[in-house]
Amino acid sequence: MESKGAVKMDHLDRLEAQSIYILREAYKKFGKLGMLWSIGKDSTVLLWLAKKAFFGHCPFPFIHVDTKYKIPEMIAFRDQMAKEYGLDLIVHSNEAALKAGMGPEKGRLVCCKALKTDGLQQVVTQYEFEGLILGIRRDEEGSRSKERVFSERNKDSEWDYTNQPPELWDQFKTDFPKGNHIRVHPILHWNELDIWAYIEREQIPVVDLYFAKNGKRYRSLGCAPCTGQIDSEAITISEIIKELQNTKVSERAGRAQDQEDSYAMQKLRKDGYM
Amino acid sequence: MSTKADREVLNIVVVGHVDHGKSTVIGRLLFDTHSLPNGAVEKVKRIAREKGKPFEYAYLLDAFEEEQKQGITIDTTQLQFRTAARDYVIIDAPGHKEFLKNMISGAANAEAALLIIDANEGIQEQSRRHGYILSLLGIQKVYVLVNKMDLIDYSAEKFNYIRQEMNAFLHDLQVYPLKYIPISGFYGENITVLSDKMPWYQGQPLLKAIDLFEKDNSLEGKPLRFPIQDVYKFDHRRIIAGRIEAGTLQVGDKILISPSQKVTTVKSIEHWVDKDKQDKVTAGMSVGITVADEFFNQRGEFISHLENPPLVTDTFKVNLFWLGKKELVKHKEYILKLATQEVSCEIVDITQVIDATTLASIEQAKQVKLNDVAEVIIKTKQKICLDAFKNNQHTGRFVIVDGYDVCGGGIVSGLAEQIQSKSTLNDQEKHIEISCFDEYYYVLAENTVKKVFGKLRAFKTDDILPVTGQTYEYPTDFSIIDLQHKWIAWVKNAKLRKIVDLAAYRYLGETLIETSGAGIKVQSETEFQKFIQALDSIETGVVNAKFSNQWLQFGKFKTVRYIENLTAENLEYYI
Repeated sequence: MESKGAVKMDHLDRLEAQSIYILREAYKKFGKLGMLWSIGKDSTVLLWLAKKAFFGHCPFPFIHVDTKYKIPEMIAFRDQMAKEYGLDLIVHSNEAALKAGMGPEKGRLVCCKALKTDGLQQVVTQYEFEGLILGIRRDEEGSRSKERVFSERNKDSEWDYTNQPPELWDQFKTDFPKGNHIRVHPILHWNELDIWAYIEREQIPVVDLYFAKNGKRYRSLGCAPCTGQIDSEAITISEIIKELQNTKVSERAGRAQDQEDSYAMQKLRKDGYM
Repeated sequence: MSTKADREVLNIVVVGHVDHGKSTVIGRLLFDTHSLPNGAVEKVKRIAREKGKPFEYAYLLDAFEEEQKQGITIDTTQLQFRTAARDYVIIDAPGHKEFLKNMISGAANAEAALLIIDANEGIQEQSRRHGYILSLLGIQKVYVLVNKMDLIDYSAEKFNYIRQEMNAFLHDLQVYPLKYIPISGFYGENITVLSDKMPWYQGQPLLKAIDLFEKDNSLEGKPLRFPIQDVYKFDHRRIIAGRIEAGTLQVGDKILISPSQKVTTVKSIEHWVDKDKQDKVTAGMSVGITVADEFFNQRGEFISHLENPPLVTDTFKVNLFWLGKKELVKHKEYILKLATQEVSCEIVDITQVIDATTLASIEQAKQVKLNDVAEVIIKTKQKICLDAFKNNQHTGRFVIVDGYDVCGGGIVSGLAEQIQSKSTLNDQEKHIEISCFDEYYYVLAENTVKKVFGKLRAFKTDDILPVTGQTYEYPTDFSIIDLQHKWIAWVKNAKLRKIVDLAAYRYLGETLIETSGAGIKVQSETEFQKFIQALDSIETGVVNAKFSNQWLQFGKFKTVRYIENLTAENLEYYI
């Protein structure tokens, strides 16, 4: 391709530049760093941004907390991408909880806590991660909107959201007692439409569960028993974008655990949920 | 098809005193621009119902349990809405004083601000403090919303009074609000359309007015500042990575790396996917370059062009706000972070502490307390690169870390190379300022005598003192008298032992000097008593020339050396 002079940065360019800056800060600051990859669109964009930040390399492991309840297509996509990109992939399940029969019928929040929050905590403890990169966004739901870009968790992964230190001018929290870890959120400032516009522009491969089949598609991905589909005819990315520009339904409306009570996500996240 | 990528996005922060109606105004903006997902309104209505309260626009923002219990916003919330002209990210910053750190975190990312004042209550403590913080954060684009106009019967007179009062305050801070808009968030007056209750108002309603904020794109035209974030060697390439904070950079440009002062040329601008290949990069981009000469480069160094380099210094004047629970004090070690630099620093002088609500200043304060704003002089352990904030916002601002947390931040107002800060001797409550370890040179190039300050230090008891310098030599056992406080510091084997009151001191024949290093003409117990009498008899308490000429001998331990010229390496400060 012809090389070009400096173009004026558009909105997506700015979002991308900021995310790359954050990823590079995390890589510089944390010896033990990993990235959570949920196979969904957001963390797949994050994976793409990491490749850009490090010029085609992925200098840290990727972690998938597998609840064993995931939609099968997600697992197939995970394995295919990991091979294609040559990822150092850690797949972990909370085997003890699964053996004891944990599942959504025990209560959705109980199940999320055991298979996702506790599963993640086990990985953090086992690999002694100091930094964990996650693809959450402020516009997803209330408790995520109040996150810092670098957000501290104690040794039990608990989040003290009432007493967060100031975060300004891209000077992030990088000092903390041993045993704690920092959750790094490089796409916190993106919204759902930004994600799709970027996927379209960059032609990033995503799992095809997002595209409509027989009048239904997934808008947000999670475990099969707790994730609903929406009515949709969108079979291309631009059709998804058009659909989202006109919807007034929230992105996570199909995620059953969020609807358990008014503060479900806040409660989950305080204990270390993603 | 129009996607988000084509549209401009503006970050706006909403600040103001607690209960002046920020959340209501933001709730209104979201509601009136149809920006709320169905789920959000339903959820808030459900919560309101569960709690037996009527629905309010303000509740839309209070997603957290605790907030609803206390009725205050505890953290910064970011919400998005769009007008026909562009997209907005709105940052709701808490008004409560305890949450100033959250207000600052939110406001630091803003390009424009709405400052809300309750028409009925008028300007309150946080209105002023927030105005001050906006000026410290360099946010120049400000509208003042005079809210709750319904409570003052939509009175033009009261509105004008608030405008005058607030203007008087903000103009002192060099903040010039672009507009004052009278509104009622609760009733939606002057939000989307002009209110018929305030026909006297000649401006635009809020939603039209915000589209008039102009986005600042001036960084590209400024001198190049490219702080090195990291250096990668993942493959055969040695890539210097970082974000261009200002200016533009092209392949082939000759560049200067500061503070090491190395010069080289840009060989390539690196990329991963083909479509990102480019020969020229500009402010705001996160990039990676390779250079012609493979020096050892490291994080924190600044790349600039040869002309217009950054300032390289270790002592500078700043304005800062302090958010730490522990006070900011002089001579304690802190970490300063500026762009990608991270360095130990100390506060060498607190010039003044400013009461952010009245702008009254306290001179010679000993400390800066939680939520104070102050003017101080910072000295870093190594020289760092920076710019005055007025020249470059991104490389003229910094944060201070105390322990694990960012506890303050501020902006660089300028260099402080000619300050007269002094080293000190310290023993519990007694602190003696000394200049006895300064050096004196006769500079041949300038035909004049210059004093070079020693490295600024705070010596404690048992610290070794630099008793021999290039232009002075004291014995290893001696005492230093502070004539002003009438204290005496006892030095043995070149170590500071203790500081005692002169009255409690018994002379045993040792060498005595004064804090500037002048020898005191005392050889015996009798002469010492006469010296003390002479000192006590100075009525003004300030040592005069007569006393000095009688008792002090300036050149006894000091001399003046010749030097060709003063260079940056051989001095810390000079006068």
